[in-house]
Amino acid sequence: MRRRRREPGVPVPLLVPAVLAVAFLLLPLAGLVVRAPWGELGPQLTSPAVGQALRLSLVSATAATGLSLVLGVPLAWVLARSTARGRSVLRALVTVPLVLPPVVGGVALFLVLGRQGILGSWLDGTFGVTIPFTTTAVVIAETFVAMPFLVISVEGALRAADARFEDAAATLGADRWTTFRRVTLPLVAPGIAAGAVLCWARALGEFGATITFAGNFPGTTQTMPLAVYLALQQDPEAAIVLSLVLLVVSVATLLLLRDRWLSRAVR
Amino acid sequence: MSLAADVRVGRGPLTVELGIEVADGEVLAVLGPNGAGKSTLLRVLAGLLPPDDGRVTVGQETWDDVDAGVHVPAHGRRLGMVFQDHLLFPHLSVTDNVAFGLRTRGVRKPAARRAARDWLARVGIAELADRRPGRLSGGQAQRAALARALVGDPALLLLDEPLSALDARTRLTVRAELRRHLAEYAGSTVLVTHDPVDAMALADRVVVVEEGRVVQAGTPADVSRHPRTDYVARLVGLALLPGTGEGTTVRLDGGGRVAVAEESAGEVFVAVRPESVALYPARPEGSPRNVWSLRLVSATPHGSTVRCELDGEVPLLADVTGAAYAELGLAPGTPVWASVKASEIAVYAR
Amino acid sequence: MSTRAVPLVLPLATALVLTGCGGSADDATAAPATTDAEGPTGTLTVFAAASLTDVFTDLGEQLEADAPGLDVQFNFAGSSALATQVTQGAPADVFASANQPQMDVVTDAGLADGEPQVFAANVLQIAVPAGNPAGVTGLADLAREELTIAVCAPQVPCGAAAEDVFAAAGVPPAPDTLEEDVRAALTKVELGEVDAALVYTTDVTSAGDAVEGIDVPEAEEAVNDYPIAPLAEAPNPEAAAAFVELVLSEEGQQALADAGFRTP
Repeated sequence: MRRRRREPGVPVPLLVPAVLAVAFLLLPLAGLVVRAPWGELGPQLTSPAVGQALRLSLVSATAATGLSLVLGVPLAWVLARSTARGRSVLRALVTVPLVLPPVVGGVALFLVLGRQGILGSWLDGTFGVTIPFTTTAVVIAETFVAMPFLVISVEGALRAADARFEDAAATLGADRWTTFRRVTLPLVAPGIAAGAVLCWARALGEFGATITFAGNFPGTTQTMPLAVYLALQQDPEAAIVLSLVLLVVSVATLLLLRDRWLSRAVR
Repeated sequence: MSLAADVRVGRGPLTVELGIEVADGEVLAVLGPNGAGKSTLLRVLAGLLPPDDGRVTVGQETWDDVDAGVHVPAHGRRLGMVFQDHLLFPHLSVTDNVAFGLRTRGVRKPAARRAARDWLARVGIAELADRRPGRLSGGQAQRAALARALVGDPALLLLDEPLSALDARTRLTVRAELRRHLAEYAGSTVLVTHDPVDAMALADRVVVVEEGRVVQAGTPADVSRHPRTDYVARLVGLALLPGTGEGTTVRLDGGGRVAVAEESAGEVFVAVRPESVALYPARPEGSPRNVWSLRLVSATPHGSTVRCELDGEVPLLADVTGAAYAELGLAPGTPVWASVKASEIAVYAR
Repeated sequence: MSTRAVPLVLPLATALVLTGCGGSADDATAAPATTDAEGPTGTLTVFAAASLTDVFTDLGEQLEADAPGLDVQFNFAGSSALATQVTQGAPADVFASANQPQMDVVTDAGLADGEPQVFAANVLQIAVPAGNPAGVTGLADLAREELTIAVCAPQVPCGAAAEDVFAAAGVPPAPDTLEEDVRAALTKVELGEVDAALVYTTDVTSAGDAVEGIDVPEAEEAVNDYPIAPLAEAPNPEAAAAFVELVLSEEGQQALADAGFRTP
């Protein structure tokens, strides 16, 4: 591939808003960094309570992303490739969690999976399983809120992907499932990765649905955003430090993964 | 393993209704302009598009029979297909691309790879086996795509504009190689193209498709010498004039007369090759029988000559050298005299 | 009259899901108003603890009726958030806190006009879903592992009070969740998702029939006083004084009592 030489410089009508956008996004973060009592960072990082919340956050966000991948990628395929009627209605419904206030989402989860919920009461009665106030509930709440991000980006990637590759695979004897696994999935892998990152980030920052549906208990359901929120009630400086810890860990994780993907996805 | 297909399928406003037969070892070129239904035919043969009506059989196998409710999906047909822009899977090495069809049909990985490497050697790119398709040139990619289509020993080979994405020089080499591989291939081949040179060079037989119908069928030589539609005539660089034969004269449907060497009668076509037309600034001396006063419509470079489109009593194409073009002082709209020897003109029944 | 409600989104969820939990303060406004032809005018801005939402909204309407030129605006939120806003220079006339420490934040900053006055008090009560399916009878049941129990997080006032109560009773609680505020704890009782929660008497009252209250004698160890003060920087000191006066009046005290508050 020949690389086209770009004209140097960015047009002013693009540059000015772009700079404003950067300022808009980064200044609040800068505020956190400036106001942070850096002396407390060490003790906070090593405090068992913070470690516990951080670990729970990472584990549950990762589990939620995994669950979203397992369920969301097939859903994205159905939205992008199936010709069934009612697809546009389905697509609209799938995005509902994006606009629903997460707290309402948490209440809605109660109504389905709570002890008194439609499915939850059956689970409780039949298996003696109750979901609310468990780590499972955290993962479910995060998945509920974060999965639409994955579905939407994977669907976009599937629509953008050249469907003729799937035709080519069919002429080579691959049925639709083989085609999906061996051709479609690798082709849209960058889109899936981007969707997974969005999903993970959203799950990591999830607050409203989690605190409603899963409650808040250190070690089982208290994720970092919950810890930050509660710290804010008493000690805003500690809350800033906790936010920074969450920020640093998530940015570091994403950079690490990005390097992995980039080094693997060299064309 | 011969192919017999007679299918009807609607594509928006166009209804494609085509019947073709291709014997074992035979190469049939489907020639036609864009949107004529060539690719639709290929998709039906590949099983990617179920026909609305008709049958497709290959040897003893029925792939489509709408009346009997038979439709074998693409992955159930033993066929190989080469696409215009090769469509090699970008995430797989060249070897794994070629081995793909064997793997899906249950061949174990080492055996599939061995067979793939053999084929890469046959198409002359063995040294590129481990590359990703993104790092191949157009010609290399098309060779790999051919290997991928042929490695499973398919009953039917479908080529969809296999050379049109290549630059002129590469096209020559790849075309020659493709010709060799097609000669060795035992099954039936359907080649879809809009380039008459591909059709002439590669096919044993040509069908010309326009607006979803076969308008002409025959050997490449026959079709190029005796075009039956304006499209084919222009494609092969002939001026095609319908008329009525009256001995050694043809009265043209559009008016005017043409003197020919052979006698003819009834409805005929008159075909004039551009290089046989001579142009003069004034009425030529002597008494040639075919002299017309025409007007230049347009002129385009054509190889080492300039192809002039002329209109007037008789619409013609004429090839003149660049020097002659300058000498005549030609420009669109210029009046010019044209003459053609009667012996240079082909006449055949419609 | 408009209510600038900043309570975190949970009450909204509660309102969305529950029906028939209207405030009990509606019948508190029947007393004849003291007519004052020269009443305060302009805009009065009251920062008040979220638990005062129903009562203060009614009292505000009443004040507006008495003083036709007056527009009363409320900012209901957690006391600590309000105290922060006041010290950061928010243009408020009156601050009503749900506890003494947050009022101290304001008085320590020299922002209160005069000494704050305690106008109400709240005590903790055990809230159980209607019918009390788990058969909770007292604080000791909140130590039963097999029950699902919600208690406020220690970082928020109701949680701090709960810790005191449990300590006084010598009961080690077994909560399944430490709620971020008392309304969140109450919502879970209303939905029947927890067997019991330790909340304020006023919350039980406001939840109506969906929730039953069980008195806790040990709660007397942690009575929560509500102080109110006009602010030194008040843009409308006259209206501020009138509102504080109304809250402390017999009428205001009755309204608070109807809502489940104790009055001094």
